[in-house]
Amino acid sequence: MAITAGKLIRNGDILFAGTGVAMLAATVAKRIHAPRSVVFFETGGIDPSLDELPMAVADSRVMSGTSMNSGLIDAFSIVGHRKLHTIAFLGAAQIDKFGNLNSTCIGNYWKPKVRFSGSGGACDAAALASGFIVFMQHEKNKFVEKLDYLTSPGWLQGGETRRKMGMVRGGPMAVVTNLGVMKFDDQTKEMYLAEYYPGVTTQRIAENTGFKMDVSKAQVAVPPSDEELRILRTEVDPQRLILGEGLG
Amino acid sequence: MIDLEIKEKLMSPQEAVRRFIKNGSQVAIGGFTINRNPMGVIYEIVRQGVKDLHLVCHSNGQALDVLIGAGCVKRVEIAYGGNGRFAPTCVRFRKAIEQGDIEFEDYSNYHMSLRFLAGTLGIPFIPTKSGLGTSLLDVEGFSPVLRKERKVAAKKLVVIENPFDENSHKVVLLPALNPDVALLHVQYVGEDGTVRIKGLTFADLEQAKSADIVIVTCEEIVPRSFIRRDPDQNSLPPFLIDAIVKLPMGAHPTACAYFYDYDVSHLNLYKKVVKDNQRFQDYLQEWVLGVANHEEYLDKIGMDALLKIKASPVLGYAPGLDRR
Repeated sequence: MAITAGKLIRNGDILFAGTGVAMLAATVAKRIHAPRSVVFFETGGIDPSLDELPMAVADSRVMSGTSMNSGLIDAFSIVGHRKLHTIAFLGAAQIDKFGNLNSTCIGNYWKPKVRFSGSGGACDAAALASGFIVFMQHEKNKFVEKLDYLTSPGWLQGGETRRKMGMVRGGPMAVVTNLGVMKFDDQTKEMYLAEYYPGVTTQRIAENTGFKMDVSKAQVAVPPSDEELRILRTEVDPQRLILGEGLG
Repeated sequence: MIDLEIKEKLMSPQEAVRRFIKNGSQVAIGGFTINRNPMGVIYEIVRQGVKDLHLVCHSNGQALDVLIGAGCVKRVEIAYGGNGRFAPTCVRFRKAIEQGDIEFEDYSNYHMSLRFLAGTLGIPFIPTKSGLGTSLLDVEGFSPVLRKERKVAAKKLVVIENPFDENSHKVVLLPALNPDVALLHVQYVGEDGTVRIKGLTFADLEQAKSADIVIVTCEEIVPRSFIRRDPDQNSLPPFLIDAIVKLPMGAHPTACAYFYDYDVSHLNLYKKVVKDNQRFQDYLQEWVLGVANHEEYLDKIGMDALLKIKASPVLGYAPGLDRR
């Protein structure tokens, strides 16, 4: 997942990374695919050396070897900066077919069945960045027809609704899961299957998706090279801090 | 020589909590998830049995979870309750919401940072484009009755058309925050009372400047000549600070850049006990309530554990630390 996402990054992009796989993917992108990209964190760490993988966006490792250390207000001013092409890496508990995300709760908001961490900076990055990439486990109860709570704005109700709401740029670019890569139709903004990993079938992906999704345009993804895997496993996350959770 | 003016601000964590934190106080906690949580003061709040706190948080982790678990919290306004890999969602925070034990209102990190900034600037509200189209705007956690209470904004937020451009779109107005108390843990305080934060400042500066009372705990109190030699590095002037507490390792088990890393063993221990109500209460008894003060707490953590997490003064963290 991390390597697949890394390939979506343009050299020179400014990358905003959340916790978990998002952080792994940003580190991989910088190490392998886009060495001139810059990784920064909502906590205010800008372009850290990332010699060791941070375990949270407030890890002292995001403050080390940076071009500068600042705070949240500075970080969010970069996410939405009109001169920059910023890409956010986000995770979520639920996603709908327009790439809207829920990281707040399952069930009733006031008396939820499961409560999650909440937005953090996810809503802000989804609203303000030039684009965002989502990491998910591909399960039917996570790819849902209707979110229990809309934490972070994707394409809202599809078509032009995001623009009309007042968000002048951005929106979800891709969803990377353990089964494949989803993208969004240029016009309708509906999610479709773009790539599936070798050994995975489009039928399996459809069965693990809680809404009807177009799988007709899907192609087999190019698997990660031995060198990419070596860098990921021995240099980026040798202690398997994130890979060990089976999400890498 | 410690300046005369600072002498009366220097106090123990016991005195700082007794004097400045009341039942029902609105409190902003500095640091972020697993870094620079003012744990020494948090533990003292638990020991003194303060109740009904109203926490205003961007992304809070260990401090938030301990306070909620210890029953000190009535109400939170929050963007994120998590502790990195140790707790993607803070467990006592999660349980308290699921069981209806606390009142809560969700915002985003940018929202909360902007609300502190507005409080700092002395303006009543502040606009942003973040949140449009989301449930953060549509769903209110606090009831209309609760909105009449002290330190609760009359409305969660307001959406208006941009008054400067009729062709433009909507903006979100967020109410300012002026907490009763801000609690920070920092690396250095000068003998003159100047505060220096190393590494990231998170929203500490806005939290401190917006609060009525600022309690700062620190790793070291350093000579005036040191803190004034390179003033570009300094974070807050002395006159904004009300209480200064010398508390080495005062953020443990969270990290404090250039002094120590997060204590993986202790946070893993916490992770193991936090899900079970009885085991969590036992943890509180063993590590907080049953410990008289910060010195006894550090004795109990032990020199071996503290040396393991000692940060490189060059890198800011403990390189090669086993973080599994």
